[in-house]
Amino acid sequence: MSRLWSLLAAPLALGCAVTSAAALVPVKYDSRDAPFEIPKGTWARRMAGDKVDILPSEIHLVAGTNLVLKNLDSVPQVFGPTLIMPDQTFRLPFDSPAEYQFVCTAHASGQLTVVVAEAPTSALARLRWHARVISENVSRLWKGA
Amino acid sequence: MVRSVARSVALLVLSLVLGLLDVACSDHLRSGVFDPPRTAPNFVLQGSDGSRLTLDRFRGKVVVLEFGFTHCQKICPVTLANLAQVHKHLGAAANEVQVIFVTVDPKRDSPERLRQYLGIFNPAFIGGTGTSDQLEVTSAELNAVRQAYGVVASEAPAEGESAYDIHHSSSIYLIDRDGKLRSLVPFGKPVDDIVHDVKLLLKS
Repeated sequence: MSRLWSLLAAPLALGCAVTSAAALVPVKYDSRDAPFEIPKGTWARRMAGDKVDILPSEIHLVAGTNLVLKNLDSVPQVFGPTLIMPDQTFRLPFDSPAEYQFVCTAHASGQLTVVVAEAPTSALARLRWHARVISENVSRLWKGA
Repeated sequence: MVRSVARSVALLVLSLVLGLLDVACSDHLRSGVFDPPRTAPNFVLQGSDGSRLTLDRFRGKVVVLEFGFTHCQKICPVTLANLAQVHKHLGAAANEVQVIFVTVDPKRDSPERLRQYLGIFNPAFIGGTGTSDQLEVTSAELNAVRQAYGVVASEAPAEGESAYDIHHSSSIYLIDRDGKLRSLVPFGKPVDDIVHDVKLLLKS
């Protein structure tokens, strides 16, 4: 029994440490930019009937962050009320917490939702935020693989 | 002792200068920014001032471009009132800024109606509609301008007494003195931020 405990102690301690760190670390980006790229061939894939979403359909940001979209495709992309030309970057700051809807041709649904929240202050809210960011990143890596 | 105090003072002055330089260099547009900026698409429209309205005509000025309609109840009056405030805040520099309001409702917005409506906010604002007496041609001209900027507008059932409403993009576009489309200002951006961005473009 004591051997079992000694085997479990290290992973348990590590789990507790990671959870505590996630709860304590303030929510912030390394910079104020949340960058996303529209890859080359996006338009061609859409025209070929490919329904795969290139970008997440919902992006979560903390107020004060800039959404940065870089169009690496060879055709202009519609984003909200504007066009992002090939090789052009569009940086849009979000200062107020709210849910913003944009028409976006890089999405199969043609729609992008940006959810902007105040930076979470409680430990539980920070934990939830970090968990969602990790999950989104893993999901993006999985799709990209 | 004197040498060490002098060195400390020199370091303090240097750090203050570097700090100020950093602040000056980090001044940036507070609205959406295009990088690199492209040349703003030119247009040829009928101006509410009786002139031929082209974007090229205002090269050398900063242009604030809005798309809307005079029967709009929720978006356009707010944006135009804000832009009138921006003009006031700019003082003499307002002469180097031109607000252009391109209609998305050619059926109801004649040049004369645009002139009267914009005059409520600021007589210096210029409205634009299509150049033809034929609605189809005028609509096509305006549609081409909207497409060039990525602006969306569609008729919708009216909520008030109006015959119909138009849902349209509510952002405004900032075009610099060289005719480059530099920034997109989302609806609701505070007047101070717009003033800041216009001043920045005036300087550049």
